[in-house]
Amino acid sequence: MSPLSRREFIATGVAAGAGLVIGFYLPHRGPTGNDGTFTPNAYLKISPEGKITVVVARSEMGQGVRTSLPMILAEELEADWKQISIEQAGASTLYGDQTTGGSASVRTAWDPMRKAGAAAREMLIAAAALEWGVPRSACRAENSTVAHLPSNRRLTYGQLASKAATLTVPTTPVLKQPKDYKIVGTALPRLDISSKVNGTAQFGIDFRLAGMKYALLARSPVIGGKITGFDDKEPRKQPGVSYVGKISDSAVVVVADTAWNAMEGRRVLNANWDDGANATLTSASILDSLRNSASGKSVPMYTKGDVSRVSGRRIQSTYQLPFMAHAAMEPGNCTAHFRSTECEIWAPTQVPQDCRDAVAQAVGLDPDQVKVNVTLIGGGFGRRLEHDYAVEAALVSKAINAPVQVLWTREDDMRFSTYRPASFHQLSAVLDGKGWPAAFSHRMIAPSINGQKGVAAVNGVDADLPDEGALIYSLPNVSLEYVMTETPVPLAFMRSVYALQMGFASECFIDELAEIAGKDPLEYRLHMLGKDEDIQFFSTTWHTARMRGVLQMAAEKAGWGKQMPDGQYRGIACFGCFGSYMAEVVEISMENDKPRVRRVVGAIDCGQVINPNILEQQIQGGVIYALANALRAQITIDKGRVVQGNFDDYAPIRMNEAPVVEAYFVPSSEPPTGAGEPPVPPLAPALCNAMYRATKKRIRALPILS
Amino acid sequence: MPEITLRVNGSERKAKVSPETPLLWVLRDTLQLTGTKYGCGAGLCGACTVHADGAIVRSCSTPVSQVAGKNIITIEGLSQNGLHAVQQAWIAEQVPQCGYCQVGQIMAAAALLAKNAQPTDEQITQAMSGNICRCGTYDRIRRAIHRAAGAGGGR
Ligand code: FES
Ligand code: FES
Repeated sequence: MSPLSRREFIATGVAAGAGLVIGFYLPHRGPTGNDGTFTPNAYLKISPEGKITVVVARSEMGQGVRTSLPMILAEELEADWKQISIEQAGASTLYGDQTTGGSASVRTAWDPMRKAGAAAREMLIAAAALEWGVPRSACRAENSTVAHLPSNRRLTYGQLASKAATLTVPTTPVLKQPKDYKIVGTALPRLDISSKVNGTAQFGIDFRLAGMKYALLARSPVIGGKITGFDDKEPRKQPGVSYVGKISDSAVVVVADTAWNAMEGRRVLNANWDDGANATLTSASILDSLRNSASGKSVPMYTKGDVSRVSGRRIQSTYQLPFMAHAAMEPGNCTAHFRSTECEIWAPTQVPQDCRDAVAQAVGLDPDQVKVNVTLIGGGFGRRLEHDYAVEAALVSKAINAPVQVLWTREDDMRFSTYRPASFHQLSAVLDGKGWPAAFSHRMIAPSINGQKGVAAVNGVDADLPDEGALIYSLPNVSLEYVMTETPVPLAFMRSVYALQMGFASECFIDELAEIAGKDPLEYRLHMLGKDEDIQFFSTTWHTARMRGVLQMAAEKAGWGKQMPDGQYRGIACFGCFGSYMAEVVEISMENDKPRVRRVVGAIDCGQVINPNILEQQIQGGVIYALANALRAQITIDKGRVVQGNFDDYAPIRMNEAPVVEAYFVPSSEPPTGAGEPPVPPLAPALCNAMYRATKKRIRALPILS
Repeated sequence: MPEITLRVNGSERKAKVSPETPLLWVLRDTLQLTGTKYGCGAGLCGACTVHADGAIVRSCSTPVSQVAGKNIITIEGLSQNGLHAVQQAWIAEQVPQCGYCQVGQIMAAAALLAKNAQPTDEQITQAMSGNICRCGTYDRIRRAIHRAAGAGGGR
């Protein structure tokens, strides 16, 4: 096969022992050059016993990939869903980029998983046709069997597996039509559900090895500080403590036989720190500097028409958002076993390959000497896109020459984390005589997450913004700009990333415009979506019609326009990110000047829905997560230290504050787009807009309860 | 180090730990019962919830000496035969997302139903608001508790 056709689509059927093993090789992000290297991204095994194993090369953190990805493959395979089991891939060179983030698992797995299933189905049919000496066209695959209807014969996939494995893999298998789907689009239960109700689900923190120690690290309380000295006398007196030592410029480790003994050892550790350059840093000063940077050098994200040439009634407003922490329920942890020429890692991670490479560098091994296993993750939200926990565990294991689990306490997880960047926003619009925006400008001033991590900017803007910054309205003159700043605060991608900031500022402002124009906020938005327009924002083409669809759906399901009971108010907002369109209506009442969110109605258009059960969970979860962000989530910094420490001063939503969340989706057979993050951005603006109806006061800074 | 005798899931277990060690770490690290989770270590999240003589206990904030002699039930021992009605309801309603908080939620719900076979929405909210779920599964938790109540989950 020539390199070019290999690059188009290469698949190999390998007779590995008995059974059918298929790996499909597709280029990742386009051709990778002339060296013939390709990135495989699907993997399937069918045993002679008929067991079908789908390898999941993304991390399961609650978003359901261990169910939704196999569903896509099983659909094309015509598999009996009951026979499907999964295998979690660790860091590999076989599966392309295994990063789980950007609401991308389903959208990037959609094509390769379908092709993998379809090719295998065609091979199984071919094997049966050969076996029976009949034409393939007379055979059909269904329910993990191939049937020859004229002769009423039937063979199972297990029976056909070995023969199928000797056949050539079709390069362009025929994919099913959406109308024929039997698995995709159904609300199948999650494959991993029983382990999650009987306590056997093994998260990173539950991993155990014989002889394993537990370690806690003392880290510089001030961001960027360095250790200058420590006294190990007291910790070494603690029961179970076996090791105390420096493992980096900025951390001392205490190792013990149990996590508790390591915590007790660390409690009595005396360490001295050089606070370094950030000893006086405060979050208030950071917000000031963002404000001061507003007139700095900006880069256009999107320009249409010319906002500077529009005259009329000008409205301006500014918005600001704080640093936030992911605060997943499972705190940071990682287990490592370093053995001189190899290192094995068990990590609740969204980036197994980054962990592998970073660990290799930290302990002086080659990447192929590091094996990274991916455990279940007790909530990711972007925090586990970092690899710090894995590097720490590897360094400690190397230092003590034994397997070890590094554990972060909740306070560690809150204070030594990476954070959603604070941001400042300048919005401006010029209204025409009827009150419609003739010009709309949005300038975001925020530190660059990717910039801090050394990831190149895209056309001068943070590399995440192309997925998160679009304004999906049909307006004559638009300018979206970004002012890139820097901060010493370690930054993170947090669920919906910059879409939260962009959506908050923009959708609150549009509500202000509607008010000034004397129009209903739904009508105002629908008017701006009235014309079908394709909006090209970096590589994504957005369609105003699809946004109109979700907005109308959410409004209708919520009963927008119907009289609310006394003391109850509604707000609405919509935003698009990661390829999906989302609208939310929030219903509140006010209790002691605080909003009580009673009901949230969300409507999403994320293309073809794989599993409505999981999609509903993503919407409910996204709304609850976003509600905490809106009401309270705020990381403040004082004297270079993160102030918040636990769930008392960084308080998530509990059941007593949780609204009823109704989730709807637009039926679609467009290719699937993201679902994990799009439900987040509309919540805060819809809530603030509802609060305005109640209080006649605009909220222009989060958190609401500051 | 003194040896403490515990009654966990119906059997006697011995642990050589200092008496102030929180029950959570004895369960997880000494007895290798890792179903019970660590979330906050401060009684704020409920991830570590177990039963002691039928009452819910935040094991992260309970010195092991305090529960010596009590009948401790963890998720591993919640049901002797098959799944508890609450666990069945959790599956029927497809409650878990990441699943990390769910053991604590289930233990809290089982304790609630043991005392109050038909809790109202308010009673559910009251009983369950000590448990945090960052994945936001509250709607389904509520439905699952009602379902388990309907199935006689209280007994
Ligand atoms: S870990 Fe015990 S209440 Fe949070
Ligand atoms: S299911 Fe993830 S924290 Fe509750």
